[in-house]
Amino acid sequence: MKKTFSILLILLTFISFYGTAQEKKAPIKVGSKKFTESVILGEIITQLGRLKDPDIIHLREIGGTRVVWNALLKGDIDIYPEYTGTIREEIFASKMLSENAMIDSLKKLHISMSKSLGFNDTYALGMKESLAEKLNIKTISDLRNHPNLKFGFSNEFMDRKDGWPGLQAAYNLPQKNVRGLDHDLAYRGLEDGSIDVVDLYSTDAEIRYYHLKVLKDNLHYFPDYKAVLLYKSSLKNANPLALKSILRLEGSISDSEMINMNAEAKIDKIPEQEIAANFIKQKFSLSTEYKKDTIWSRLFYNTKQHLFMVLISLFAAILLSIPLGITAHRNIKIGKIILSVVGIIQTIPSLALLVFMIPLLGIGSWPAIVALFLYSLLPIVRNTYSGLEDIPLNISESAEAIGLPPFARLRLVELPLASRSILSGIKTSAVINVGTATLGALIGAGGYGQPILTGIRLDDVSLILQGAIPAAVLALLVQWFFDLLELVIVPKGLRLK
Amino acid sequence: MSIQLKNISKHFGPLPALQNIDFSFPVSKTTVLIGPSGCGKSTLIRIITGLIKFDEGELLINDEILSSSNLYSVRRKLGYVIQDGGLFPHLTAKANVTLLAEYLDWDKIKIENRVEKLCELTKFPKDGLIRFPGELSGGQKQRVSLMRALMLDPEILLLDEPLGALDPLIRYELQTDLKEIFTNLKKTVILVTHDMSEASFFGDIIVLMKTGKIIQTGTVNDFIDSPKEPFVTKFITAQRSFINK
Repeated sequence: MKKTFSILLILLTFISFYGTAQEKKAPIKVGSKKFTESVILGEIITQLGRLKDPDIIHLREIGGTRVVWNALLKGDIDIYPEYTGTIREEIFASKMLSENAMIDSLKKLHISMSKSLGFNDTYALGMKESLAEKLNIKTISDLRNHPNLKFGFSNEFMDRKDGWPGLQAAYNLPQKNVRGLDHDLAYRGLEDGSIDVVDLYSTDAEIRYYHLKVLKDNLHYFPDYKAVLLYKSSLKNANPLALKSILRLEGSISDSEMINMNAEAKIDKIPEQEIAANFIKQKFSLSTEYKKDTIWSRLFYNTKQHLFMVLISLFAAILLSIPLGITAHRNIKIGKIILSVVGIIQTIPSLALLVFMIPLLGIGSWPAIVALFLYSLLPIVRNTYSGLEDIPLNISESAEAIGLPPFARLRLVELPLASRSILSGIKTSAVINVGTATLGALIGAGGYGQPILTGIRLDDVSLILQGAIPAAVLALLVQWFFDLLELVIVPKGLRLK
Repeated sequence: MSIQLKNISKHFGPLPALQNIDFSFPVSKTTVLIGPSGCGKSTLIRIITGLIKFDEGELLINDEILSSSNLYSVRRKLGYVIQDGGLFPHLTAKANVTLLAEYLDWDKIKIENRVEKLCELTKFPKDGLIRFPGELSGGQKQRVSLMRALMLDPEILLLDEPLGALDPLIRYELQTDLKEIFTNLKKTVILVTHDMSEASFFGDIIVLMKTGKIIQTGTVNDFIDSPKEPFVTKFITAQRSFINK
């Protein structure tokens, strides 16, 4: 048992060393939101910046507006593409803000805003052309006559003030069947008929691909969503050349160019790096470098990130949970509190827990690790507790009666007897952990969730499988590893058939 | 080493388990606690080991009151054997026997010698030492349990229905061996049983209990000739095998 323990310890030290070593340099960090256009823009920014700062990195698809904005405020990223409408409505939550006032407000937060990149990607509603024709719907107002239509909106659109709530009030829309779901899944819903109307961005590649009718915003409800870049003002001094190179983008992307690039990514499945490089070549006659990654290099990278999250969170959970389980067994009152607290933690939806972590720990691996750590507690605490509780009274009393003090009793008798139960708790945690860690990609932690996320976004099954299969294989490996470990740790006398 | 009980009372919730128990166990003799189920005989033996606390009265072991400071040193002078042995299933027979000695850092040779001696004493086959409790018969388990109790050569042996779970033949054999051991070692023995013939076989003194009280102490003949209560006669005549003998 001691040997396995020290091997684990060495392994973890190595991994955490590796993890921190990566973060030592301070290159420009570009962020992008969890949708294709943002990723393409992020990639263009990165490649333009790389002309002057070879160490620049792109933290892809970190999350929604709140996550990326907070990451910028905290300095987890230095620059990301944003939309004027989003800044006005979502970030400052003030409809009245003029563009100059917006720039002033940002300045107070030490954030600068570029000029418009050229295109306007505003919200719109869309439905299948065939259905629109059949029902004779041309404008958003026309929807009022069809209260039974099924609406499927992106979660962000559902929640934000300038999204569905405002739209419904402005147009007085009667529909009750309104669901929030991932933007990319909504398009699939359109295809199979489970959804009739979706929210779109006016530069979406899908408009053409799915033959969608964009409903006219006849009341001019949706504001402008001009693309801009938000960046830390300090960048002007810290890296003026790279910034200047990046700001070439101002006024240089038209609506149709953006729709094209989106379509190349989503429909032609061209990697974003390549699309970005092609655009830069055409537009600025500059050739940029980008790393073309293979399936294997991606797998290696994702595995590394995934293991990093799983191992550290699990190890920390073991260190805390076993003492908690022992305490719960020794003291009924404290035990009740411990078991209910870890139980309650388990009931928090994983997505919510991940998002709660962002204000505390920013984005990246650490908030994901903390969330995974919290999720790993219950199975181990509970199995430690029940493993100890299940020791027959005559055995625990014998240990006491022969004159062993409490700690020796625990070490020599009780823990060995509970070892099988404790180990199976750790196994449960580890397997769940491997699965839940795929959600870490939502807050920029990477891992096997990254290809899954990108795959859903691009509607690319093979990409989804590149995350899903290794995750499943890892879960199986973890299971086998613990089955083997059982042979080492659980005393032979307890394994008699 | 003497054990004195002075007015010991114990309640489990509102139910009295022991009421004003006053008794001194004779040194180097075998005292048998007997009585119907729930009479408090096991509770009494568990109080002596410090496994459960009593509510009122005084327990003196070698004229000392049992407290947290002397609990472990006193326990190591008590050997304790329970019904199905209470052996640690994850340890071999030998590791069960030597657990405490190892914990107390006894010399290896001393441990080996002691185990060898105990094997002879308890007639436990030496090749069984490497087996786990799950691989031992009921009688063998009790012999290992007895070895474990005797390992530190305690002055007092407490046995709580040590033969209760054994079939008659093995029980008979073990009874004979136990009696021999008790006689040879001259330890103060307290044995709990509900079987009158076993009590008369082992007991220099028999203590008959009922509902948490001591009803009568003495030899079997005392019980037959001058029962203090009709219950005494009722209890011993209810044990058919004993009366028929």
